[in-house]
Amino acid sequence: MKFAFYPGCVSRGGCPELYPSAKAVCQKLGLDLVELTGASCTGAGILQEKNLLLGDTLNARTFAMAEKLGLPIMTICSTCQGVMSQANKRLQDDAQYKAKINGFLAEEGLEYKGNVVIKHLLWIIVEDYGIERLKPLVVQPLTGMKIAPFYGCYIVRPSWALGFDENGGRQTSLERVIEALGAEAVDFSGKTRCCGFPILTINERNSVSMVAKHTIEAKDLGADVMVTPCPLCHLNLDGYQPKAAAMSHREIDLPILHLPQMIALALGVDHKTTGLSRHIVSLKRLVEKVGVRA
Amino acid sequence: MEAILKVKRFNPEAAKPEPYWQEYRVEVEPHFTVLDALIKIREEKDETLSLRCSCRSAICGSCAMRINGHATLACKTKLSEMARGRPAVTVEPAGNMPTIKDLVADMTPFWSKVMAVEPWLQPRGPEPQGEYLAPADAMQHLVGVMACIMCGACVSDCTVLEIDPNFLGPAALAKAYRFVGDPRDQADAERLQALSRYSGIWDCTRCNECVQACPKGIAPMDRIMALRDRAMDAGFRNNTGSRHTEAFEEIVEHSGRLDELRLAIKTFGMMNVPAMLGLAPVGLRALMRGKMPPIFHKPIPNAQAVQKLFKKVEEAQKGDRK
Repeated sequence: MKFAFYPGCVSRGGCPELYPSAKAVCQKLGLDLVELTGASCTGAGILQEKNLLLGDTLNARTFAMAEKLGLPIMTICSTCQGVMSQANKRLQDDAQYKAKINGFLAEEGLEYKGNVVIKHLLWIIVEDYGIERLKPLVVQPLTGMKIAPFYGCYIVRPSWALGFDENGGRQTSLERVIEALGAEAVDFSGKTRCCGFPILTINERNSVSMVAKHTIEAKDLGADVMVTPCPLCHLNLDGYQPKAAAMSHREIDLPILHLPQMIALALGVDHKTTGLSRHIVSLKRLVEKVGVRA
Repeated sequence: MEAILKVKRFNPEAAKPEPYWQEYRVEVEPHFTVLDALIKIREEKDETLSLRCSCRSAICGSCAMRINGHATLACKTKLSEMARGRPAVTVEPAGNMPTIKDLVADMTPFWSKVMAVEPWLQPRGPEPQGEYLAPADAMQHLVGVMACIMCGACVSDCTVLEIDPNFLGPAALAKAYRFVGDPRDQADAERLQALSRYSGIWDCTRCNECVQACPKGIAPMDRIMALRDRAMDAGFRNNTGSRHTEAFEEIVEHSGRLDELRLAIKTFGMMNVPAMLGLAPVGLRALMRGKMPPIFHKPIPNAQAVQKLFKKVEEAQKGDRK
């Protein structure tokens, strides 16, 4: 299986542990990646609030690059996935709009015909690779570990832009990966709510309250760790957890794993590659629990 | 066939008024909506079950409630679809509002926020002889938002209201857009200034819950984003929200990708000592763990192509406005 790899900005910026973890997991799974090095930022929904046409143009440029390669796009960030899926839907639904945008792309020799499929690594694993094929690759089962799946927003809403009608299994994809690795999924009400990251610079109190709400709920339901397919959720849930604990006047201590890190842990990828020591909330106790060293 | 509904009940007159779940088994027809089943339960099983409904046609907005954890209109929701793959369909009152009894939410906070955005036309100048007229094409973009039936589904599922009841919320902000976008309304500056303050347009997390919940396709979040754009255009930029958006745009235009360090500095301002001190503990912790973005930011290859696209789109939009 071959994909046009779109790593996004944060996997090489604020969460530098995500990029090598994802690449290591793909190598273990035998997924062939061609990185879209010349692609730009998706706009993350921020650019779109000021100028939707501009945001869609930048994403159409990325889609055209993948289309030229004849490959589906693989993302490792829910926000990138959500923003790209929404842009792709607008472009695919409106030929006139697509033609207008292709007019902007012409100078660079690019044209988007409208045929690109964009998939998060999470969806690729459950839909294309297959859970049953993942199971035998597990060398370090996460047995006894209780993992809370935190989807966040962009990979679940709006559902009509994310193909949920055609792919109903996406709603439980994280739980199925957790269980395939030998761990137990902890169900909690906050799993598809907002982590608070988008308002961190605007209203830190509200943002950190969201971190507190979700991490405390999962912790109180017995979770040892939380896993997320979104690096922005990770930045907030991990980076601002000490503040959330101080605000709530209690200990939280819930490590937050990126999806590829969790898989890498079970597939026996070395911890230096996956950057497990790069987390604000330490993973030491957790890896001791499953019998491996950070 | 039999359906199982788990309904969240609450009786304020009970000795200990606490919410609790009650399970009902009821014979239903394949075409039943969740509202049909609830009415049948009330009529045949339990006359103490309280709910609010009227038109049964997704027009009046009375029966918004949470079904399987998400807000929607009970009259617009097929029971069979909600029951698929589940042992029971859960039904709760709308969220982010107090409950009066069972499935009846107290809409007082909803209405007070709608009233706070002054949802009436505020024209200026001498009164015209007849009506205040507006060209049809200037009103087209408001058709969607005017279809709001004020059911409160968006407010029920708003992730910000869940932790901050002061937030104006999606319904009131969508209503504000309806007047800011109306060419006959002359109070845009005052409205946008007020909406740019705390608890207004910049407090939305863009989580899409309101877009997903709205039974009429209003997409309140998209209206909030349009209000942000209009507020920035009107010059209300002295807030971290608009500085963040503008800095983001500038950075992506410059290098094609995000530079998180520059974004933080540009959003708060290098000379903003309290903000910088506030960021210091988080930054230091990240630095100690090797979790910092690169100090020397590298643009994408061929960043000039992205810069050209920014210019092309801007020029095309200028042309469209003329």
